[in-house]
Amino acid sequence: MQGIRSFIKTFLLWELLQGLWVTLKSMFQTKITLNYPEEKTPQSNRFRGLHALRRYPNGEERCIACKLCEAVCPALAITIESDVASDGTRRTTRYDIDLFKCIYCGFCEEACPVDAIVETRLHEYHMEKRGENIMSKDKLLGIGERYEAMIAADRAADARYR
Amino acid sequence: MWDWTPIRDWLSGYITPYWTFPALTVVQALIVMIGIILVMAVYTLAERKVIGWMQLRRGPNRVNLFWIPGLGQPFADVVKLIFKEILIPADANGFLFRVAPFLALVPALGIWAVIPLRPEHAFANIDAGLLYVLALTSMGVYGIILAGWAANSKYAFLGAMRSAAQIVAYEIAMGFAMVGVLMASGSLNIGEIIHAQRGLFGWNWTWLFPLFIVYFISGVAETNRAPFDVAEGESEIVAGFHIDYSGMAFALFFIAEYVNMILISALTSIFFFGGWLSPFDGWLSSDSWLAQPSFFWLAPKVFFFMFVFLWFRATFPRYRYDQIMRLGWKALIPVTLIWLLVEGIMVYSHVGPWKGHP
Repeated sequence: MQGIRSFIKTFLLWELLQGLWVTLKSMFQTKITLNYPEEKTPQSNRFRGLHALRRYPNGEERCIACKLCEAVCPALAITIESDVASDGTRRTTRYDIDLFKCIYCGFCEEACPVDAIVETRLHEYHMEKRGENIMSKDKLLGIGERYEAMIAADRAADARYR
Repeated sequence: MWDWTPIRDWLSGYITPYWTFPALTVVQALIVMIGIILVMAVYTLAERKVIGWMQLRRGPNRVNLFWIPGLGQPFADVVKLIFKEILIPADANGFLFRVAPFLALVPALGIWAVIPLRPEHAFANIDAGLLYVLALTSMGVYGIILAGWAANSKYAFLGAMRSAAQIVAYEIAMGFAMVGVLMASGSLNIGEIIHAQRGLFGWNWTWLFPLFIVYFISGVAETNRAPFDVAEGESEIVAGFHIDYSGMAFALFFIAEYVNMILISALTSIFFFGGWLSPFDGWLSSDSWLAQPSFFWLAPKVFFFMFVFLWFRATFPRYRYDQIMRLGWKALIPVTLIWLLVEGIMVYSHVGPWKGHP
């Protein structure tokens, strides 16, 4: 009996028709794709994108060259050299992040005791020349200055959970 | 599709009457070819759109034409393909490698000569139209086999062999299904086949329903479309028979495949769904425009079957090779044979549409 039923089912292409019905239904469902440059998915304030180095409101660099980020970086993307600055504080003379090595895990941001290195929401960036993948200290500070309002707002929104 | 006399008159002003008929034929052929290829171009877009929709995507929508998103995509693709180099592998058989795309494309376009696109009008209204169709569909395989062989590549050769065996198997089932249509209509002329069908439920699909299913399935297999696309088999043999083709040479195979799909859709609607006959024929009075046979009844039927091709591709996973062979030889051919027997009995005892037969 079972054999006859399955034979008839096979012969009437029953399961194939079921499959066709599924695809026909989904053809009229709302599409999930967004038209990317015009529409964007919502972004978390914890989004880990391009890095930035921050300054205090009085203009002083936050980074104290403790090298915790360099130590914690699992991809060895961060290179730091430090020296004593003219005012007697310890400062970095070199702070490079290789974006090709970086895996955007956010450990550097977690490790930083003074919230100097952060990862911003920026993710739409590109490199046009060889070597542009190295984010030098100047570039990182530049991003930090330019997007300080956004960075500060994101940190403030997340402060309760840190 | 209109009265050709003005064009004939216009042509005869430039050339001698002796050459008017060939010139007119060339003009007609060009019109149909360009029309078919334009439909094919939009069909490639429709394929990507429909499959996209079925996968909850949007499909191509970046190249706009006439403010319709995505409509320019096929034409952008053509421009890209024209500018690409046609590579010929060093160890390939150069002559066959160059000839194969045309062997695939020319039969695909040639069959349109006998397809009556509008009532009582085919470019070549020949009596053995069905045989011509069968002969030319088989010719198309040579393009694929020669392409696979001439490229001198193992993958291409495997694809060609698969295609050859598959098409031989399904050609038989297809032929038998056509025999059923012949028995119903009593003529090889495609116009006569359409005229033998009357009214929505008098079309061949009701009495020959199993043959219709078999014909369409073997049509899908004949055109090497999913779920029978083992000849291309991206995941197994990379791209099968056209792996070494690039640029426009590849595009010719592509065009041939899509033209064949349109053709199978057209033949299915002609053999089983009354071609350009109106579904309201017999229900409404015959002077109502809805009951008149016209090209605009043929087109929706063809478009529906073209859509079914895409629907299949979006739904079914590819058959394994032995499954294809089993389906062809052990399912489709017996079904057609049994139904031919049933049909023979129906004809003999004057049941259904064969009431009036002698």
